[in-house]
Amino acid sequence: MNLNLHIWRQPNGQSAGRMVEYNVKDISEEMSFLEMLDVLNEDLLRKGEDPVAFDHDCREGICGTCSLVINGRPHGPYTTTTCQLHMRSFKDGETVYIEPWRAKAFPLVKDLVVNRSAFDRIIQSGGYVSVNTGSARDANETPIGKEIADEAMNSATCIGCGACVAACKNASAMLFVSAKISQLAMLPQGKPERKRRAEAMVAQMDAEGFGACTNTGACAAECPKSISMSNIAMMNREYTSAKLTSDAV
Amino acid sequence: MVLESKIPEGPLAEKWSKHKFSLKLVNPANKRKYDIIVVGTGLAGASAAASLAELGYNVKAFTFHDSPRRAHSIAAQGGINAAKNYQNDGDSVYRLFYDTIKGGDYRAREANVHRLAEVSVNIIDQCVAQGVPFAREYGGLLANRSFGGAQVSRTFYARGQTGQQLLLGAYSALSRQVATGKVKMYTRSEMLDLVMVDGKARGIVTRNLVTGQIESHSAHAVLLCTGGYGNVFYLSTNAMYCNVTAAWRAHKKGALFANPCFTQIHPTCIPVSGDYQSKLTLMSESLRNDGRVWVPLKVGDKRKPEDIPEAERDYFLERKYPAFGNLVPRDVASRNAKYVCDEGRGVGSTGLAVYMDFADAIKRDSLKVIEARYGNLFEMYEKITGENPYNTPMKIYPAVHYTMGGLWVDYNLMTTIPGLYALGEANFSDHGANRLGASALMQGLADGYFVIPYTIGDYLAQMPYEKVSNDRAEFKDAEAKVKETINKILSIKGTRTVDELHRELGLLIWDYCGMSRTKEGLTSAREKVRALRNEFWTNVKVVGTNEEFNQTLEKALRLIDFIELGELMILDALDRNESCGGHFREEFQTPDGEALRNDQEYAYVAAWEYEQNMHAVLHKEQLKFENVTPSTRSYK
Repeated sequence: MNLNLHIWRQPNGQSAGRMVEYNVKDISEEMSFLEMLDVLNEDLLRKGEDPVAFDHDCREGICGTCSLVINGRPHGPYTTTTCQLHMRSFKDGETVYIEPWRAKAFPLVKDLVVNRSAFDRIIQSGGYVSVNTGSARDANETPIGKEIADEAMNSATCIGCGACVAACKNASAMLFVSAKISQLAMLPQGKPERKRRAEAMVAQMDAEGFGACTNTGACAAECPKSISMSNIAMMNREYTSAKLTSDAV
Repeated sequence: MVLESKIPEGPLAEKWSKHKFSLKLVNPANKRKYDIIVVGTGLAGASAAASLAELGYNVKAFTFHDSPRRAHSIAAQGGINAAKNYQNDGDSVYRLFYDTIKGGDYRAREANVHRLAEVSVNIIDQCVAQGVPFAREYGGLLANRSFGGAQVSRTFYARGQTGQQLLLGAYSALSRQVATGKVKMYTRSEMLDLVMVDGKARGIVTRNLVTGQIESHSAHAVLLCTGGYGNVFYLSTNAMYCNVTAAWRAHKKGALFANPCFTQIHPTCIPVSGDYQSKLTLMSESLRNDGRVWVPLKVGDKRKPEDIPEAERDYFLERKYPAFGNLVPRDVASRNAKYVCDEGRGVGSTGLAVYMDFADAIKRDSLKVIEARYGNLFEMYEKITGENPYNTPMKIYPAVHYTMGGLWVDYNLMTTIPGLYALGEANFSDHGANRLGASALMQGLADGYFVIPYTIGDYLAQMPYEKVSNDRAEFKDAEAKVKETINKILSIKGTRTVDELHRELGLLIWDYCGMSRTKEGLTSAREKVRALRNEFWTNVKVVGTNEEFNQTLEKALRLIDFIELGELMILDALDRNESCGGHFREEFQTPDGEALRNDQEYAYVAAWEYEQNMHAVLHKEQLKFENVTPSTRSYK
């Protein structure tokens, strides 16, 4: 199949960017979306032009590195990561618009690559259980009901890609932050620090410049790992109860 | 050069305890006087960086990713082994040790492997304490499953995302230390050289991948936790950025590289679909618990799998290995898939695939049970191939997955360069010639959480507190050399793209140094790889400059190290006139086609010293088996 691509090009965070049109030919429908971009980049290289920079790594939907807005939707038309999107989802002759995640808290690095270290700083503010290596007791001394373990796992599957932020009109990071807060609040290991954690992580989220949540649900609709909005409800409960009985972080 | 393994004296089960007592300690107040560089933040790197910072050392951690959470450990699906014996099925530390030594085809050190089995139980405790949501039974206790190469259920798992959950656990511990200031984190920063001062590893040179800035960093010790080199094959299950550069540059500075030809081909990957293919996707080996592997009995049978009656199917693993069936070790499963495809009985459009069928398991256990066990894996398969494995068998084929070889390390995980350590997949130490399923995660975390925090103290306790400045000539010279290499690559302006050359290298290594090798093939491949190296230095095409985010330049810098490593793999495979584990030389097989190991002459670790123009020098570390008697592996 042949495709007409419009891709965001921007040399770095300090320069202006623009959409540039490219045509790619003889694309197989078995290719992944990123393999289609590989083909484009090989063509550009042979012509001596600068290839399109995009983030990617595992190409199996788990590392959370790939991050493209395709025809206005983070990771494209299905709830999957960009690397797991295949060209059979597109039609011959289709025009495809490819843009980076757009959010103030994710500054642009080059073309389609953004800096998501704000997510790391949010985790650093409290997204952990404070346990030093070697101080753990036997794993089976802490029974955890299967239902709770499964729920915690549902929240823990977040890959930190940032599609939730890219999807949100407010560029809110509530889904990402709530998934970690919920996972650890549900588990007995996370309970001692739950108040401090909720307060600190929400404070860091705000400091990074992410927007507020207005419950449109765009985040959960686009999440490639199906993280549920109920995490946000749980985070709000955690945060409110922490504030009411505050340990004053 | 004499290779001192530093394996402690005494009975096997007491070696580690005694060794821990004999190691020198660094006083808690003095730990803050030492700086440690950790390169790589996967399971080994993140767990080491966090644990060392908790002890009080100053850690500088480096990753070429945008975040430490992206390391490829995240992609491990199946699980992590531990000798907990929670299932009361006869497991023990000794059994895990025995299975690992045997699975590695008697090419690993007994003492290292026993230590690995010992600390495996602590890993599970540590991860649970961090909030890793392992699978559980209704009673609230941890669930286990069995895995290829083992007859007990000792594998802990978190759906099909065990690596992800373990890495996020280690990442959370690391993040906590970043917040305390004990770890300084450098992201999008790639190590391009090792710096030595007075014969000791004292720092690294890095390239900032966003700005192109060449920087150097000094420390009292350097830990390489940089993963394996499977991407030498171009197509592998490794992530696209995985590379050998950090380890290779250390090798060129004097660290010996051990057993490079021991590479693991994973039997259950999604087959290649075309030339554009950029990577291969693994389907977790845990699927072999319930999936039955088969091909049509007749050559060239092009019927749909559902139309082939039971009597005309060949469940070749069950037929040849009745005791282990579909759960034979990876190398055995892979090679047999290759054989049936070579016979012309492969399936799919390329003929390079076999079926893995879940129909019987669904009939036996119900669709619901199978869905709960493998739901996300089936979904992933369907996304990639467009086929639904609940209705039609999966198609699978072997692909490169893991590399057992790596930097040579002693019992303390130190390489032949004082102060330079290698952890996790980057070292050679625990898996011998073949790694068992669910043991990579175990080894990465064992090295990082429970080995290096003890062993590094012994070295540092003998080091002066004084820091070396990165203004010294050693650092400036290393920086200048890195810049020179980059400028050279940018100035070639040839006609061949980096990916083109990498694909060519990958095919060469796959064809001649892959699942099955011959002296003749290897000899011819060596010449071809040398020619490819020349082609790179005269005809590679890289556009742009160093002073920008330049992904093509990044790839070129990695490729040149892969090309040199490829040649070393070939040399190693040529030296090893036997078949063992992942290394199968066609000249050395039994009449019925099984691997023929030669313990008399080859029970050694092949450790290679770098010499100009790849005239590598072989050093041997003889392996001693005092507790297990090497036997021929039989899974029949």
